[in-house]
Amino acid sequence: MDDDQVFKALADPTRRHLLDRLFERDGRTLTELESELEMTRFGVMKHLRVLEEAGLVVTRRQGREKLHHLNPVPIRLIHDRWIDKYRERTVSALVDLKKTLEETG
Amino acid sequence: MTTMTAQTTQVYRLFIRATPEAIWDAITKSEFTTRYFFASRVEMSDGRRRAYGPNGELWGDSAILEEDAPRRLVHEWQGLYDPELAEEETSRVTWEIEPQDGGYCLLTLVHDRLEGAPKTAESVAGGWMLVLSGLKTLVETGEPLVG
Repeated sequence: MDDDQVFKALADPTRRHLLDRLFERDGRTLTELESELEMTRFGVMKHLRVLEEAGLVVTRRQGREKLHHLNPVPIRLIHDRWIDKYRERTVSALVDLKKTLEETG
Repeated sequence: MTTMTAQTTQVYRLFIRATPEAIWDAITKSEFTTRYFFASRVEMSDGRRRAYGPNGELWGDSAILEEDAPRRLVHEWQGLYDPELAEEETSRVTWEIEPQDGGYCLLTLVHDRLEGAPKTAESVAGGWMLVLSGLKTLVETGEPLVG
């Protein structure tokens, strides 16, 4: 479950779509997910496996069903590591711009 | 109708570079929980898991359903820190610690039975994320996550 696997898993529109479906309603079976995509069962399975290997999807058995859950933690960790840092810089750049404009204006 | 409702079974999973014992201690001992769990003091005794706020206020008092150190802890959940949440039905939290290769453990937290606690489900959705990333940082570096 390293960053590379998460970025690779996210670098595909079908997989991002699957994550969005799970974000809306979690704990779904393969059959349910498959019914919403124009793709073979095998194709959906393949994408789900990549998501599972990246830790973005966790499967749990409930009775005879295998339910797919979205695991938001890896995205959060990437957010903390890669996005927060740059967002702060953007914000401070905007603050500087505002100051400069107000001083000269 | 696409109103977003919080999930009634929430699953969180992450790798932590630490021993199962260190993670277990971080989950069950107040000297650690005060440093990442919204500053709450968690105490486990008499088959109950109690959590106290910084001023000693009772934030949680729930039955422990299973305790198998350092692998598995299951307890009930009811948020007493907010009167609206305290009115809702009791839900359940399961912590699983599975040792992996290379000095890592896989920590999985499942918060389920949230059908009768929609406000709790919404409240904990962002909360667990903060708690778990804080726990990871604390156990791996010995330092709390600076917020």
